[in-house]
Amino acid sequence: MKKIIMVVMILTLVAFIFTGCKSDDKVVLNVYNWGDYIDEDIFDTFEEETGIKINYETFATNEEMYTKIKKGGTQYDIAIPSDYMIEKMIKEDLLEKIDLTKIPNFVNIDSRFKGLAFDAENAYSVPYFWGTVGIIYNTNLIKTPVDSWGALWDTANSGEFTMIDSQRDSIMVALKKLGYSMNTKDLNELEAAKNALIEQKPLVLAYVGDNVKDMLISEEAAMAVVWSGEASAVIQEYDYFEYVLPKEGSNMWFDNVIIPKGAKNIDAAHQFIDFLCRGDIGFKNADYVGYATCNTETMKLLDPSLIGTTYAYPDEALLENFEIFSDPGDFIKEYDRIWTEIKAN
Amino acid sequence: MVTKILNKFYTVLIFGFLYAPIAVLAVFSFNDSKSTAKWEGFTLDWYQSLFQNSYIMKSLYYTVLVAVIAAIAATIIGTFAAFGIFYMKGWKQRAILNVNSIPILNPDIVTGISLMTLFVALNIELGLLTMIIAHITFCIPYVVLSVLPKFKQMPAEMLEAALDLGATPWVAFKKVIYPEIKPGIITGALIAFTLSIDDFVISFFNTGNGVSNLSIAIYSMARRGIKPEINALSTLMFLTVLILMLILNKRTKIEEI
Amino acid sequence: MIKRLSSGPYLLWIAMFVLVPILMIFAFSLLGKSPEGGLVFSFSNFSRAFEPIYISVLVRSLKIALEATLICFLMGYPMAMILAKMNPKYRTTAVMLFVVPMWMNFLLRTYSWMTILGKNGVLNGLLSLLGLPQMTFLYSEGAVLLGMVYNFLPFMVLPIYTVLMKMDKSLIEAAEDLGGDKKTVFFKVIFPLSLPGILSGVSMVFMPAVSTFVISNLLYGGQYMLIGNLIEQQYLVVNDWNFGSAVAIILMLLILVTMAIMNRLGGSNAEQRGVNLW
Repeated sequence: MKKIIMVVMILTLVAFIFTGCKSDDKVVLNVYNWGDYIDEDIFDTFEEETGIKINYETFATNEEMYTKIKKGGTQYDIAIPSDYMIEKMIKEDLLEKIDLTKIPNFVNIDSRFKGLAFDAENAYSVPYFWGTVGIIYNTNLIKTPVDSWGALWDTANSGEFTMIDSQRDSIMVALKKLGYSMNTKDLNELEAAKNALIEQKPLVLAYVGDNVKDMLISEEAAMAVVWSGEASAVIQEYDYFEYVLPKEGSNMWFDNVIIPKGAKNIDAAHQFIDFLCRGDIGFKNADYVGYATCNTETMKLLDPSLIGTTYAYPDEALLENFEIFSDPGDFIKEYDRIWTEIKAN
Repeated sequence: MVTKILNKFYTVLIFGFLYAPIAVLAVFSFNDSKSTAKWEGFTLDWYQSLFQNSYIMKSLYYTVLVAVIAAIAATIIGTFAAFGIFYMKGWKQRAILNVNSIPILNPDIVTGISLMTLFVALNIELGLLTMIIAHITFCIPYVVLSVLPKFKQMPAEMLEAALDLGATPWVAFKKVIYPEIKPGIITGALIAFTLSIDDFVISFFNTGNGVSNLSIAIYSMARRGIKPEINALSTLMFLTVLILMLILNKRTKIEEI
Repeated sequence: MIKRLSSGPYLLWIAMFVLVPILMIFAFSLLGKSPEGGLVFSFSNFSRAFEPIYISVLVRSLKIALEATLICFLMGYPMAMILAKMNPKYRTTAVMLFVVPMWMNFLLRTYSWMTILGKNGVLNGLLSLLGLPQMTFLYSEGAVLLGMVYNFLPFMVLPIYTVLMKMDKSLIEAAEDLGGDKKTVFFKVIFPLSLPGILSGVSMVFMPAVSTFVISNLLYGGQYMLIGNLIEQQYLVVNDWNFGSAVAIILMLLILVTMAIMNRLGGSNAEQRGVNLW
């Protein structure tokens, strides 16, 4: 009994030592990112060069990050959300303005990715990684080449493919197939998309989140709707997979770096963003993460065979009908209702 | 005789069921591929890179620290709570037990977000302390539910008898009640520890300042594919626990748990 | 006096960290959006929660939870008995070994099951070795139940075990002496005496099981919407904390009522000691 009490006291002491002992002399930057979305070695490089220490935390979805930043009391200096979330955060005044004069390496960013709809002047965000949503399939199992979303409604593929277990991504697929904008607020178009998805449901093997790669490799599924980064990971290990950008168009996504409002170390944050935009650092990152970089200097350092591939750096011509997700605002309730109806069916 | 064989068979079946995924995980921790789908050859790479990954190691440290503190605190509070609750009467007891169940029946997201809102409203900065408080909060009810049945099983007048015979309340508790409920306490502590190690949602919303736990690290990786280092880590954790238990078993004569 | 002091810290803690937050949730649930855009007192969230589509989601969640709890009980009780009768030397280790698999991260455990149950997974591999036809295990209700039972079994076994292990042997002996056969002794003596443990076990399984959804997402390919999904979507994606809270409150009341009924049905003996769990 006494022993237990002693152990508790010692452990509590240890805990408080660790929390209370913040070295006030070093500047600490709190970075909030997707899991495994950055090469953590660069933190050491950054600290060596600038003396700024990095505190690193991770999140699993944009929504969780948003809830944490908006409603939580914790202060992050850097976060890396996706396009529509950034748009939402700008609207709700949750971001600090970025002073581009403090980010000279911003010139390295591909001009195609500057001034995108969700942040027209890059006043709040700097591009980090980008990609597309498309169809990946196992050429050993699916012999006819796929080029359209229609393949996912083809009864010949019944039980062979997966959809993404996310409201907007799956509704997007149906909307694009029907020729509508994926950001539509037209209730008729959404109703049509809903019916298409309900019609499709019996053919779908599963609505998956994250383990789609394993499913493809183990041949549990022959085809899947995936993000380009995941396709890249699979194809680089198993070359009999193909990643296709459907002809009806699809989603183009961007993960940008932002500074949440109220960040304590805004200057250090700018330094870090500038650091990320360096060609060599961008390369270390892109090489480790395997997603497509927005940095032209980095692209020069990459394996040239990656350029032009559908899953990494596709030709611009293929991206014609691609849209970026916009923040639906309150309209999300409609998407939610539709999704519930599809799932509850 | 037949029952004995049946018993053994059933036990093997159940334990096989429990350990099947562990075995799979352990095997794939040596897989020379990033996925757990196909076997591509044997490698020790992941074990090596595991120790070089400071983020995972730090998360592991916090996970164990929080779990131990929360389990101990929850067990102490919960045991004394069960004691008090057991002697309550009528509607009071029912009400308290219902409130006790709230953290158990609420979806993690509700518990997590409501606690986060509370901390923010009280202006408490999110970090290790809030994570520990949150963990203790969802562990206590399970401890109460583990210890209470032992109280019910105890001969009713034991406490009164001990007090009548001149024992002080503390001695009565220590010498009379405690031995009776000890199995429940240990079960409660085990369950609390288990829940704490595995918690994601509640931890995610109630931490900050660079404090992460293993669950947060793992769930955050899910989008990109869980790093094989995690498989290696889990396998190592198992081996550590198994070895610890074997040592404990050999060195102490635990006649009762 | 000591009895009151004893639960003091607990009551304070619960008041601060359970009651206050749940009151906040309750407050959220009673706020609805007014036409002007602000928040007003309103029952709209509750009335919306009773729409048929949400009720069907709730019913499905309850059904799965009940099934999982039942299977856990049927599998767990014998296991608890075996553990209780074990040689004390090995017993502690066995109990710990029972819990240790739960120390592996939940996501990893479930992914592992997918590797085992997959089309080209371990189970099917074994089947083909034995010359048996391949089966589809994944993406079925069976897989979900398996996943749930896997995750909740220890919570059912442990409380029952702790009660069984110190059962008053004299009562059992008396029953046997009075001529009872094994079946009678079990159903009339052992089982009723173990009810407190059973009730705890059922509580620790059923209650969380209703709001579990990750298992279903992974092992049934997200084909279902369960009440846990719904609530999480409201809080995170839709940002409608008010509706989410209303659903959560309804869920809470429903579960508490179900537990009260279960207690009445199975726990008339529990009243002897003045501890009605509900």
